[in-house]
Amino acid sequence: MSSTVETIRGLAEQDYKWGFVTDIAEDRAPKGLSEDIVRLISARKGEPEFMLEWRLNALRHWFRMAKEEGAPTWANLTIAPIDYQNISYYSAPKKKPQLESLDQVDPELLRTYEKLGIPLNEQKMFSGVAVDAVFDSVSVATTFKGKLAEMGVIFCSFSEAVQKHPELIKKYLGTVVPHTDNFYAALNAAVFTDGSFVYVPKGVRCPMELSTYFRINAAETGQFERTLIIADEGAYVSYLEGCTAPIRDENQLHAAVVELIALDNAQIKYSTVQNWYPGDKEGRGGIYNFVTKRGKCLGVNSKISWTQVETGSAITWKYPSCILQGDNSVGEFYSVALTNNRQQADTGTKMIHIGKNTRSTIVSKGISAGYGQNTYRGQVKILKSATGARNYTQCDSLLIGDRCGAHTFPYIEVRNASARMEHEASTSKIGENQLFYLRQRGLTAENAVSMIVNGFCKTVFKELPMEFAVEAQKLLGVSLEGSVG
Amino acid sequence: MSTTANNTENENATATGKLGTYLEAYGELIAERQERDPVWLRQLREDAWRRFYANGFPTTHDEDWRFTNLAALAKTSFQRAVKGSGTVTAEQIEGFRVLGAGCRLVFVNGHFAPELSDVCDLPNTLEICSLERGIAKAMEGSASNGSAPVGCAPEGIEQHLGRYADLRRDVFTALNTALWDDGAYLRIHRGAVIERPIHLLYVSAGAGAAIMTHPRTLIVAEPTSHSAVIEDYVSIGDETAFSNAVTELVAGQDAVVSHFLVERENLAAFNVSTLRLELARGTNVSSHSILLGGGLVRNNVHPVLNGEGAECLINGLFVGAGRQHLDNYMLVEHAQPLCSSRQFYNGILDDRARGVFHGRIVVHKDAQKTDAKQTNRNLLLSDDARIDTKPQLEIYADDVKCTHGATIGQIEEEQLFYLRSRGIEETSARNLLLYAFAAECLDRMPESPAREFVAELIRVRLTDLAQNHQVAVLAAPVEEETQHWEEVR
Repeated sequence: MSSTVETIRGLAEQDYKWGFVTDIAEDRAPKGLSEDIVRLISARKGEPEFMLEWRLNALRHWFRMAKEEGAPTWANLTIAPIDYQNISYYSAPKKKPQLESLDQVDPELLRTYEKLGIPLNEQKMFSGVAVDAVFDSVSVATTFKGKLAEMGVIFCSFSEAVQKHPELIKKYLGTVVPHTDNFYAALNAAVFTDGSFVYVPKGVRCPMELSTYFRINAAETGQFERTLIIADEGAYVSYLEGCTAPIRDENQLHAAVVELIALDNAQIKYSTVQNWYPGDKEGRGGIYNFVTKRGKCLGVNSKISWTQVETGSAITWKYPSCILQGDNSVGEFYSVALTNNRQQADTGTKMIHIGKNTRSTIVSKGISAGYGQNTYRGQVKILKSATGARNYTQCDSLLIGDRCGAHTFPYIEVRNASARMEHEASTSKIGENQLFYLRQRGLTAENAVSMIVNGFCKTVFKELPMEFAVEAQKLLGVSLEGSVG
Repeated sequence: MSTTANNTENENATATGKLGTYLEAYGELIAERQERDPVWLRQLREDAWRRFYANGFPTTHDEDWRFTNLAALAKTSFQRAVKGSGTVTAEQIEGFRVLGAGCRLVFVNGHFAPELSDVCDLPNTLEICSLERGIAKAMEGSASNGSAPVGCAPEGIEQHLGRYADLRRDVFTALNTALWDDGAYLRIHRGAVIERPIHLLYVSAGAGAAIMTHPRTLIVAEPTSHSAVIEDYVSIGDETAFSNAVTELVAGQDAVVSHFLVERENLAAFNVSTLRLELARGTNVSSHSILLGGGLVRNNVHPVLNGEGAECLINGLFVGAGRQHLDNYMLVEHAQPLCSSRQFYNGILDDRARGVFHGRIVVHKDAQKTDAKQTNRNLLLSDDARIDTKPQLEIYADDVKCTHGATIGQIEEEQLFYLRSRGIEETSARNLLLYAFAAECLDRMPESPAREFVAELIRVRLTDLAQNHQVAVLAAPVEEETQHWEEVR
């Protein structure tokens, strides 16, 4: 009897020893969340003291929130409870000596990139995109640094920025999204492992589109990215973010924070194509995407523009926002969100007008198919000081199939008589006559729907950079597969 | 941890303390009506009371009450108005008359005042009486083995009362259901056409202390009938009062009903009114809300389109000045296919007034081919005025056409310029534009004495508003002059 037990135990141990999902050896923290884990993350990354303090502060706040309020429930989402103690908060690919060229990068990693179509190669370099690829929390390769450095643009991983530019981090980190902002922002502040950092100095127009590809690989590893972009006076930068993830059985939590800061006359354009694994047809698996994104137009005449195409993730909880503090500053939000099968999305924006003559534009297109539930939730707040503020909001929803839902929850709060705001929303299904028109010209039902949907989203796609726009159109077609007929 | 526990305990204690007066009123009422209320009604009251007492008043953490703080209401302790409190003469009532109206029921501090009412006699067309009398008659009727009582046939009361208004979701409805003393009961017979609008006048007259009333109205419009009802809330004197009204309007197949709500109480009044509309197949129901008075006003309109081809118009105007707070909460439920609903609300806010528009359209799974529209337009006349608007669409069906729109702005400079370039001086031009904005809601009412009546009220209110502005404009230079004069001296 006892020998049987021993054999079983032996087998179990064996399994534990070699049963990793990926073939890359990992440096992984034990599951669970505690001050020790935060200290471990901070130590592993060799962070200065102020960062550790900041993280611990956030963690204490998060514990308080978790105890008193729990995770936010106000969104129109059904979220299975998340066991935060059952997540490993740190995993890094095996450390290697300083990399000199791509040849030194793990070939396994390169193959994965190849499969995902991530262009970490010469061709892509010639096309003018600098790539800062994040693979399981630690930046492995960064390109085009030299050229950017020439212009004084800092584009590096967050950990590198903490080492090399602690004064900038100290000055700006948490000024747009403080750790007290919300549940997931507090969690991120405590345990974030890496992300991107961009600083564009005064008067510099960043010569290329900056791009990061995120990819979640290790099963059951939450990814906590933190991005900070600062455009100094008169600077301009366009940043692209794209995501893909392989199929996994268990829900993966992703709670990122993005902070943008635009000083006088600066402009930031932030574009996202998000296509994480949405789960299978029954909604099993799939990524939980709980992101806090916010930009602050701190200076006069500054501008922040968000463009997003959200087709992936099992649950999306995301509200890229703009605080329009400087006079004459401009905020924009263009969004396409698609939910198919059992996907749920509660997404939108917040535009907070503080400065005089601030303007904002919101264009949101929601598409629901299958059993998808798609919610637009937006807030336009015009404070008393925002004389002459202007807002235009348009949110349209398209319904495909009779099991899906589309919801709109705008909040409009105006405290200034000279403000002008307009809000329009509509919900409809694809017209039978439109479908008929296309089908009689020889298109299949699926292609016809895809074409109509792309037309519906055109106003948003035209805000995307060229490569992204093409990719986004294809993505919509793929995501809608099987929703017609 | 221990501090939080203490806090919640304290809060609970104070909440119960604040609800104490309501508990007293409930106890009083139950004792008083022991004999008079039938069993089903007693049960209804008890159920409602439990719901209210368990929940208490909502706070701004409650999504439905996000923009309206009820602290002032919860703080004040209101007395239940007893019968005969507040003396009102026929002359005083005369001023509130609606020209061209037919029947009129007058309620003083929530109790029916027959001597002030004109109950018209329209046999086989209309039954109209106070709700309490209706129930009393029903009790008599059942006591004398079902012989039909004269004037008011109350059998519809049990069938409809409290069956539509939502006790579970809305504590004010629960409070009303538990505590109503009286109200109006109307039944419009099958196929009857009531040409002249019916006027229900709810007067709150000072009784020495802050009083509360919970008027309850039940309107049963039988199939293919036509009618119009004006629910009118006024106050005599300037004492604080809390009126929490619930109206259930049940429209039978192909019935046509217009409902007008006029709120013109004094600026110290708290007014919560809930209108629940139940629309059967092919009905055409319109609700017109005109909020001009009241300090803290909450206007709930909740139509349920529960039959194919029903049409509903929800039309409203709110005009606030001073420190008024006007909150409009709409919930339009499309439960059956092929229905259409139209919502139009216009708001004008001056001084430190605050307006809220919360419009929610819910399209249920089966309600295919729904056509729903919602528009909220607001005019801010002062920098201290504030508007919060929250239009919402919740759609669970796929074959629908739903839109909503909201705008907030001020009087257009171009429009002013247009009028001024044609020789109209600025104040008149401004007033003209203001009236035109308000009159949009009149255009959506059918030609009737009710519309004339409402139009006159709006005209008077806007003239007041314009005069305030003029005074403000005139006052400024006068001040400058005195300063100047002092300097010279």
